[in-house]
Amino acid sequence: MLGLNKKDTSLLILVAALALLAPFILNPFPSGSAMAQFNAGYPDLMQRFVIFGIFAIGFNILFGLTGYLSFGHAAFLGVGSYAAVWMFKLLSMNVVPAIILSVITAGLFALVIGYVSLRRSGIYFSILTLAFAQMTYALAYSVLTPITGGETGLQLALDDPRVLDGAASGDNIPVPGFFGMEMRGSSQLEISDWVFTFSTGYYFSAIIMLLSFYLSIRIFRSPFGMMLRAIKSNQQRLNYTGLNARPYTLAAFVISGMYAGLAGGLMAAMDPLAGAERMFWTASGEVVLMSILGGVGTLIGPVLGAGLIKYMENILSKINSDILHGWFAFLPDGLEDIIVSMIYPFIGKGWHLTLGLMFMLVVIFLPGGLVEAGQRISRLFGRKKSDDKSDKSTSTEPAE
Amino acid sequence: MSNSNLTRRGLLKTSAVAGAGVALPTIFTASSAAAYTNEPTGSTVTLGFNVPQTGPYADEGADELRAYELAVEHLNGGGDGGMMNTFSSKALQGNGILGKKVEYVTGDTQTKSDAARASAKSMIEKDGAIMITGGSSSGVAVAVQALCQEAGVIFMAGLTHSNDTTGKDKRANGFRHFFNSYMSGAALAPVLKANYGSERKAYHLTADYNWGYTTEEAVRSSTEAMGWETVAAVKTPLTQTDFSSYIAPVLQSGADTLVLNHYGGNMVNSLTNAVQFGLRDKQVNGKDFQIIVPLYSRLMARGAGANVKGIFGSTNWHWSLTDEGSKAFVKSFGEKYGFPPSQAAHTTYVQTLLYADACERAGSFQPCAVVEALEDFEFDGLGNGKTLYRGDDHQCFKDVLVVKGKENPTSEFDLLEIVEVTPAEQVTYAPDHPQFAGGALGSCNNGA
Amino acid sequence: MMDAIILQILNGLDKGSAYALIALGLTLIFGTLGVVNFAHGALFMIGAFCAVTLSRIITISHEVVDETRTDFLGNPLKVDVPYVHDWLGKETGDVIIDWAVPLAILFAIPIMILIGVIMERGLIKHFYNRPHADQILVTFGLAIVLQEVIKYFYGANPIPTPAPDAFKGSFDFGAMLGMEANQIIYPYWRLVYFAFAALIIGAVFAFLQFTTFGMVVRAGMADRETVGLLGINIDKRFTIMFGIAAAVAGLAGVMYAPINSPNYHMGMDFLVLSFVVVVVGGMGSLPGAVLAGFLLGILESFASMKEIIDLIPGINQIIIYLVAILILLTRPRGLMGRKGVMED
Repeated sequence: MLGLNKKDTSLLILVAALALLAPFILNPFPSGSAMAQFNAGYPDLMQRFVIFGIFAIGFNILFGLTGYLSFGHAAFLGVGSYAAVWMFKLLSMNVVPAIILSVITAGLFALVIGYVSLRRSGIYFSILTLAFAQMTYALAYSVLTPITGGETGLQLALDDPRVLDGAASGDNIPVPGFFGMEMRGSSQLEISDWVFTFSTGYYFSAIIMLLSFYLSIRIFRSPFGMMLRAIKSNQQRLNYTGLNARPYTLAAFVISGMYAGLAGGLMAAMDPLAGAERMFWTASGEVVLMSILGGVGTLIGPVLGAGLIKYMENILSKINSDILHGWFAFLPDGLEDIIVSMIYPFIGKGWHLTLGLMFMLVVIFLPGGLVEAGQRISRLFGRKKSDDKSDKSTSTEPAE
Repeated sequence: MSNSNLTRRGLLKTSAVAGAGVALPTIFTASSAAAYTNEPTGSTVTLGFNVPQTGPYADEGADELRAYELAVEHLNGGGDGGMMNTFSSKALQGNGILGKKVEYVTGDTQTKSDAARASAKSMIEKDGAIMITGGSSSGVAVAVQALCQEAGVIFMAGLTHSNDTTGKDKRANGFRHFFNSYMSGAALAPVLKANYGSERKAYHLTADYNWGYTTEEAVRSSTEAMGWETVAAVKTPLTQTDFSSYIAPVLQSGADTLVLNHYGGNMVNSLTNAVQFGLRDKQVNGKDFQIIVPLYSRLMARGAGANVKGIFGSTNWHWSLTDEGSKAFVKSFGEKYGFPPSQAAHTTYVQTLLYADACERAGSFQPCAVVEALEDFEFDGLGNGKTLYRGDDHQCFKDVLVVKGKENPTSEFDLLEIVEVTPAEQVTYAPDHPQFAGGALGSCNNGA
Repeated sequence: MMDAIILQILNGLDKGSAYALIALGLTLIFGTLGVVNFAHGALFMIGAFCAVTLSRIITISHEVVDETRTDFLGNPLKVDVPYVHDWLGKETGDVIIDWAVPLAILFAIPIMILIGVIMERGLIKHFYNRPHADQILVTFGLAIVLQEVIKYFYGANPIPTPAPDAFKGSFDFGAMLGMEANQIIYPYWRLVYFAFAALIIGAVFAFLQFTTFGMVVRAGMADRETVGLLGINIDKRFTIMFGIAAAVAGLAGVMYAPINSPNYHMGMDFLVLSFVVVVVGGMGSLPGAVLAGFLLGILESFASMKEIIDLIPGINQIIIYLVAILILLTRPRGLMGRKGVMED
C-alpha cells in the first residue's frame, strides 16, 4: 500500500498515530498536580518534537545510510530559517512560499558544500563540514549582517513590503499562516482535570513530518538506499566494482541538507525569528546526539531521539531546587536535603551534564540507541516463544 | 498483496472514527473567552523568570534569580519588605498582586535567542505566566520582547544595554528599566573630559555585534563632541578569547586612550591582555595611557581582578549608593544571601516591583491596562533617584553612575567606587534621536 | 609597517604555541592509538584549572575580624588571612602565593598523567577498534561532562590567575633593535610561554628520538601490528603515552592561565582550532602538528591586522577555516603527513 511493504506500513501508521494523538499522549498528568511538571503537551514543545524529528530523519539519511558524519548540518538549518523569514518579509505571510524557498536555498547550499567536502571521507569530511559550518556562523553573525541581522537575528517589522499580501491592518505585525489559518492558533479540550492543547502549527508540521518520514522509508527501501548502504559497508570495494560513489553521496548529502532546510523553514514558520546561533557547530552536535540516542540507521530512531532530547532540554532544565524539595517533602528533613543535593547537579542548569553522561553511556553500551534497547527488551521477552523454532533461517549454508 | 487486515474499508472506517474524535474539541472547546492571555482565574498569579542559567552569563543570571525570589517574597508580604517600604507609590499591600499570591516559574535562556524564546513560550503556554522578565543580553532581550508582543504578555527587560531594545526594536508590551549605550556615553563624556582632558586620541575595540556597535557609536559621538579624536575603531569577533593581536597595534597607532566596547568575558580577556601589554604604564603624546570600559559588570569585573584599578566606566546602580531605597535593598539582599547585590539583581528586582505596582494601580492584569499604567509613570525610592518611565519608548530615565575601579578593594565585591552620579536630565534624549530611530512602538497586545 | 609585521609575528608565535602544544598531544594520541580525541580541549582546560586549584589551596585562609573597617552592611569587616601567612610569615607567604602558577606546573604533571591514564584505561581502550565516528562521539560526550563538572565546582565566570610579579610588564623589543620606544612591546609572560612551549616540544621530541621507550612508541606509530608480533607489549606503553599527551595539554593550560582567565568553556574554544591544526599539519605527523600550529597562529594574527580587515571584512574570523578547507582539498595529507595516508 502506497508502495510500502507491510512492516513499513504499520510503522508509518504507528508514527502517524503517535503524531496525531500527541496532545493526549504528552499530557498524561492532570494540570495542577505535582507531576504536571512533566507534561510536554504544549504547542511550542510539540512543534519542536516534529521539526527536529524532520531534521534528524534527514541527517539519518546521510549518517545512517552512508556513514559520513557531518558536523555542519546546522548551517543548512540556519540557511533555511533565514530564507523563510526573508520570504515572510518580502512576499507574504503564507508559509507555503517560505517553506519552498527554504528547501531550495538549503539544497543549493548543501550542493556547494557537499561538492567540496565530499572529496574527502572519514574524519577529514567531518572536519571540513565543521569548518564550513563555523565559517557560515561567523559570516552570519558579523559579516553579512544586512542579510542576517547579526546577533539580534532576523525579525519581522511592521514596514516590510510583503508584496503578495494586502496592506497590513492595525499596529501589530501579522503572523505566519497557511492560507489564513494562523500557525499559532490553538484550541483546548478540558476533560475534568486534564487539559489538551491542539495547535494548528503543530498539526501542520506533523503532517509535513509524516510526509518526510514516508519519503525516507521509500529512500531506505529503494535501490538508491541500497547503494548508500554499500558505500557505508565498504567504499573501496564499491569503487573496485566500477561504480562511482560520489554522485550517490552527493545526492544523499543534498537530500539531508534539504530536510534540514525544511526543518529550518518550519521553525521560522512557527516562530518568525532566525538567529545565527542556530548555525553554531554544537547545534550540529545536537542532531548527531539525536540520531545516536535514537538509533542510527533505523527509521524511527531519529524521531525518538529528537523527541527525547528536546523533552529533556525543555523539561529537565525547568526543574529547580524548589520543585525538588516539593517532591521529596515527605521524607525527613535530613534525608530530603541529602537526596535533593544528590539530584541537584543533574537537573536545572546542570542538565547538560545529564545529557553528556547519557550520551556517553549510549555510545559505549548501546550504540544502536533506543531502537536497539527496544529490540533487546523485546528479544528478552520474545525469546521464550521462539526457543523451539529452529534457527535454520539464520545459519548460512555454503554455496555450491 | 499480503494478508494484512489493512483493507480500504477498514482504513476508511477507523479514520472516520478518528476524524470525528479529533473534531470533537471544537464542540467541547471551553468557551473560555479569556479577555487576555493567561488571565489568572484562581488565587495565584504566575510570573516567568527567564534568565541565563547556563552559558557565559550564568553568574549574572543566578544573581537575577536571587533578586526575583526576593521580590516575590516581599510582594507576598514576607521578609522585611525591602524597597516596598521606600517606593514612592504605596499601591502594593504585601498581599501579592491584586490579592493573588505571586508564584513563579524559571527558565534557562542559555544566552541564545532560540533557547530563550523556547523557554519563554513554555512559560506562557504551559505554565500560564502572565509576565516574562529577565535576561542578560540584548540580542536575547529583543528576541523575547518580540515574542511577548506577539503572545500578548508583558515583557519587563532585565539586563540589556543596547540602544535597540527601546530604539529600533522597541515594542509596546516591552519595558526597560536598565540604562542604555547612549546614556553611558552621555554620562561618561564630562567625567572623561574632566579627568583626561579634551585632547585625546581614542582607539576603539568593539565587539562585533549589535550591542558593540551601539556602544561604540554612543561613546564616539559623545567624546568627539567634546574634542577627542577617534584614531581607529576595530571590530573584534564575539567568540574571541585572546585579544593580543588586536591590542598589539594600539600603541603604534599613536592613540593614547583605549576604549573597550566589550562586555562580560570579552571585557575580562581584553582588559587583561591590555594590561599585560603594559598599556597602563605607557606614556604617549606626553600623557598617561588610559583605558575606558563603557559598561561595567561587577560580577565580570571579578574575573579581571586587579586589572580594573583606576579604569572608568558606567553602571546602572551600585550597592554603595546611600539613598534610602538602595540601602534597604542592599540590607534585604545582603542579609538573605550574604553578599551585596549586583546591578543585574537591582534592575530585575525593581522591574518586578514596578510591574506589580502597575497592576495594582490599573486594577487588572490586562496588558493594555498595565501598559497605560506604566507609560509616563514617575516614581522614586527605588535606588536611582527620581525616575520617569517614558511612554514614547518605554525606557526609564534616571540617574546614571560613573564608576572607577578601586585602588584598594577590601573584598571581591568592593571593586568599584562611584565617581559621579549623573543626573537624569543630562542623559535624556528626544524620542526621535538618530541613535534610536527606525522602529515603531506599535500598540499593546492583549493576546487571546 | 615593518614593526607592525614583527609584532604580529611575535603574537602569532605566542598564540601558535598553545595550538602547537594541544595539536602535539592530539597527534600523539592519533598517531599511536589511532583514536580521535575530542576531549583534548577539556584536558587543556583541566590543566588551567589545576593552576586555579593550586592558587586556591595555597590561599586557604581563616577569617579574622578587623574592627577598624566595616563591610557593606556596616558590620565589622571579616578579613581573610591565608594560612601560609600564619605558618611561614607574611613575606614568604606572599612569595609563594605570587608564584602559584609556576608551582602549579609541578602540581599539574602528576594529576594530568593520572587523569590521562584513567581516561585511557577506563574509556579509550574500549574504542580502539570502533569506527572513528564513535570515538569522536564518546570523547565529545566526555568533553561535555568534564566541562560541566568544572562549571559545577568553579562557577561560570572566568577566574583571574595572575602571573608572578617578576613577569608582569612588557619587554620593549623596539628599543633593543634600536627603534623608537613603544613601537614593539610584548608582555614578558607571553615570551616565557613561548619559551616554555618550545622546551616541552623539544623534550617530547627528544624523548621519542633518544629513548628506547620512545623508539618503541615510534615503531608502534608506524606499524602497531608488527610491534605486537615482535612480542613487545605495546598496550602499556600506549597508556603511558596517553598520559604524557594529557600532561602536555595540561601544562599548556597551566601556563596559559595568566594569559586568559580560565573558564569552563576554554576547552571547547581551543578544540575546533586544534583539530584544524592537526589536519593541516598532517594527522600522525608530529613535526607537522607543531609547524601547522605556529603557522596558523601567525596567520590568525596577520588576519586581525586592521589593514587586512579593511581589505576583506570578516577575514579574521574565517581565515583559519579557509586555510583548512584549502589544504584539505589540495593536499589532504597535510603539510607533512605521510604520503598515501587518507587520500582517496
